[in-house]
Amino acid sequence: MSTFIDGLSLGSIYALIALGYTMVYGIAKMLNFAHGDIIMVGSYAILTTLAVNGHPVLAIIAAILVCTVLGVVIEKVAYRPLRGASPLAVLITAIGVSYLLQSIAQLIFGAQTRPISLVHFEPITIAGVTISLSAIISLVVGALIMICLTLFIKFTKLGRAMIAVSEDRAAAKLMGINVNMIILVTFAIGSALAACASTFYVMQIPNTSPTLGSMPGIKAFTAAVIGGIGSIPGAMLGGVLMGVVEKISLSIPVLAPYTTALEFSLLILILLVKPTGLLGKKRREKV
Amino acid sequence: MPVKTNRKRFKFKNYISYIVIALFLIISATLALTGYMNRSTQNLLTQIAYSIILAVSLNLVVGFLGELSLGHAGFMCVGAYLGCYLANLLHTLIPSKLAVLIISMIAGGLIAAVFGFIIGLPALRLKGDYLAIVTLAFGEIVRTIFKNQKVFGGALGLSTKKYGSTLFIVAFVVVLIMLAVVQNLVRSKHGRAITAIRDNEIAAKAMGINVTYYKLFVFIISAFFAGIAGVIYGHFTTPVLYSFFSYNYSIEILVMVVLGSMGSINGSIIAAALITYVNFLLQTKLSGDLAALKYLIYALILITIVIVNNAPGLTAIKERFSIKRFLSKITAKVYKPKYDPSKRKDDEAYWHRIPTKIQMDEVLSVDVTPDTTYTPDKREEK
Amino acid sequence: MQDKYLLETVDLGISFGGLKAVQGINLKIKKNQLYGLIGPNGAGKTTIFNLITGVYTPTTGRFFLDGEDLTGKKQEAINHKGIARTFQNIRLFNNMTVISNVMVGLHNQNEFKCNPFTSMLRLPAHFESEENMRKRAKELLAIFGLEDERNNLACNLPYGKQRKLEIARALATNPKLLLLDEPAAGMNPNETEELMNTVRFIRDNFDMTILLIEHDLKFVSGLCDEVTVLNFGTSLYTGEVDKALHDPEVVKAYIGK
Repeated sequence: MSTFIDGLSLGSIYALIALGYTMVYGIAKMLNFAHGDIIMVGSYAILTTLAVNGHPVLAIIAAILVCTVLGVVIEKVAYRPLRGASPLAVLITAIGVSYLLQSIAQLIFGAQTRPISLVHFEPITIAGVTISLSAIISLVVGALIMICLTLFIKFTKLGRAMIAVSEDRAAAKLMGINVNMIILVTFAIGSALAACASTFYVMQIPNTSPTLGSMPGIKAFTAAVIGGIGSIPGAMLGGVLMGVVEKISLSIPVLAPYTTALEFSLLILILLVKPTGLLGKKRREKV
Repeated sequence: MPVKTNRKRFKFKNYISYIVIALFLIISATLALTGYMNRSTQNLLTQIAYSIILAVSLNLVVGFLGELSLGHAGFMCVGAYLGCYLANLLHTLIPSKLAVLIISMIAGGLIAAVFGFIIGLPALRLKGDYLAIVTLAFGEIVRTIFKNQKVFGGALGLSTKKYGSTLFIVAFVVVLIMLAVVQNLVRSKHGRAITAIRDNEIAAKAMGINVTYYKLFVFIISAFFAGIAGVIYGHFTTPVLYSFFSYNYSIEILVMVVLGSMGSINGSIIAAALITYVNFLLQTKLSGDLAALKYLIYALILITIVIVNNAPGLTAIKERFSIKRFLSKITAKVYKPKYDPSKRKDDEAYWHRIPTKIQMDEVLSVDVTPDTTYTPDKREEK
Repeated sequence: MQDKYLLETVDLGISFGGLKAVQGINLKIKKNQLYGLIGPNGAGKTTIFNLITGVYTPTTGRFFLDGEDLTGKKQEAINHKGIARTFQNIRLFNNMTVISNVMVGLHNQNEFKCNPFTSMLRLPAHFESEENMRKRAKELLAIFGLEDERNNLACNLPYGKQRKLEIARALATNPKLLLLDEPAAGMNPNETEELMNTVRFIRDNFDMTILLIEHDLKFVSGLCDEVTVLNFGTSLYTGEVDKALHDPEVVKAYIGK
């Protein structure tokens, strides 16, 4: 049971990261490989603000600001020139950006893992099961963000424009939607989500390193794919599923060393059997 | 005839990389065997050789087939572990080091090729980002599995028997063989079919190209050579450690391919040699956190080259400042230009890639009441 | 009865998630015929092409080429059996030269067979097949007046020539039936006329059967022996061109009541 709860709390982090992936993939139609590394930058923003004797809330705000600005800058400098280029080119650039962020972080902060003490919640015990409060908070906040995002996309003008861009970029442009602007906003939102994810990440795992983002990033992408990329509830579902699978696998001695392999095999299997994921919708290439 | 000379020059271009590498091999082998080359240079040459093999084989998938593979180090890992494991067994049976090396290279390559087939299967269903992630996942899976096998030394790695400093000679012979195979493949009808799949898969299918066959074929060949590179690596260093074949290494190979320009074999060779050499230089100079500088450079190379080559907005600027244009300007001053743009037919000028087709409404307003007196042959339209 | 016609479709149809895009199509095309497929936008003309070439698998009905059932076969297999096509939005291999485009079309011909290992080892068979392919490709290009452009990249050709190249490439696969999807789209009157002559030339000299989609009714009426008019995924009229254009149903479909 406690394994399951652990899985839920890890899953909540994956879910938050996956939300960012799914947003950007759904609207900009690109795999933002650097998303995980934006989370890493967020964690360093928290670290630095705390070191300058900042309040935890201040640290979180700083992280959100830094990440949003970073996301916007990356989109403008690296991805915008490639709008309309082949997906391969965009993906390679994204990988380049991911590397750039990692190596800059390492040059500034060093490669070693650094502790962060943002907030510490005492774990609470309900009916004999110990649950960490931060896990509950991240799950609740994750669900809230998911609901807000869904409402935002469904009921605001900007949100509807996002759907339009996602469905048919050229047509959206002809309808007078500023496609570049919409994608920029998407990146801003996605990066702000990454900042939230990094807040909860350091709450549960209180340390950071330049490579903090890469593995969780890839796993969260896996989660987004499992849930059906582009689908917001799907990202939530996939994230939680992924976290639970990881923790359960780690708790079984025979499987424990192969956990990473197991997760990735799951990814390959799901992509092969149902590339659109659990809640995704099918697309057809026009001939 | 201009066509004939054109073809001749083309053929010379085909063979220049063989000639350069063969000459280089002969010179460096003589130097090494007569004792004029020190050990560290010989080691560097081995590294360059297996990097070239990796870069060219990855280029086959990325540049020619147009699918992004982020798990190339995974194939190398399979080749290194299994090939060297076999080599360890063979050393007790066969006294000749060279024979063991060759047998294990072939075996390692073949096993990696089997994995190439397995990873090629998803490539039939998935494309682009999804396939990239699957290959990345494959690389990590392979690594995790080898890490946990006691037979292969577990977390300590598989200890192997080093071949010695003359390994680079064998490695460069392999480079030559691979070059022949890959270039001959690319410059044949099969290479054309592969490029056709990259350019337009739907049209390739409609032209009867067996896309399944060629995709698998490319993945198999590419993995085969990556496996051989792995075996060479295993004979170069000991122990063979799972952590070497990480995602980072796959990216490093990708950087070589992108730097040398995708789809250019000679480019891959030069870029692989260059990056390996720079790595070698930096290895001693950069320690600790400064090592990140290397990755910073890689990242900048990737981003800059991809944007410069692919950005739709930059093509005009590129054309304006291209070296070819610059050269042609210079030559134009010396020679008279042969091609006179004013002699171009109007049709060419006006009908160059018109994106729209005639709208139905237009056709309707003119054509829907058929002209009964109309006979197509007596039309006066010019 | 089935082998009387080169192409015969029996009650061919497809639905996408409940929407019947095309249904009950019964085409009967005789050998050496020039057959037109016309109808308003969205009537399902290209969908029929996609069904016949195996891009989509029909949900109902079957189709036969020379009496052989090809329903449910893969695209490349159907091409091998002898159906080649061009595309509405040109799909050339843009980064390859003009002659390479045609040589890709020649890829599967038995006379140019040569396995990858022969090519890798550069055995004489490789050179022989390459040389023959080049020769044949040049002949095909000459028919379309593209011989001088053979070393240009396909994407650098003017629009009209790109359309011609697409036809040349389709012919290279040595089909029995050639499907042309709006071959005259985006051409000026001169080019259209030239294209009409070319299509006739192909029919006569290659002993070809041609099924074409076209919006330009002059083009269709000047060229085709028989047409099928489609509307909302079903066939409205089949018969001679001139009669089709006078048919009240057809006129209604085009301009409404």
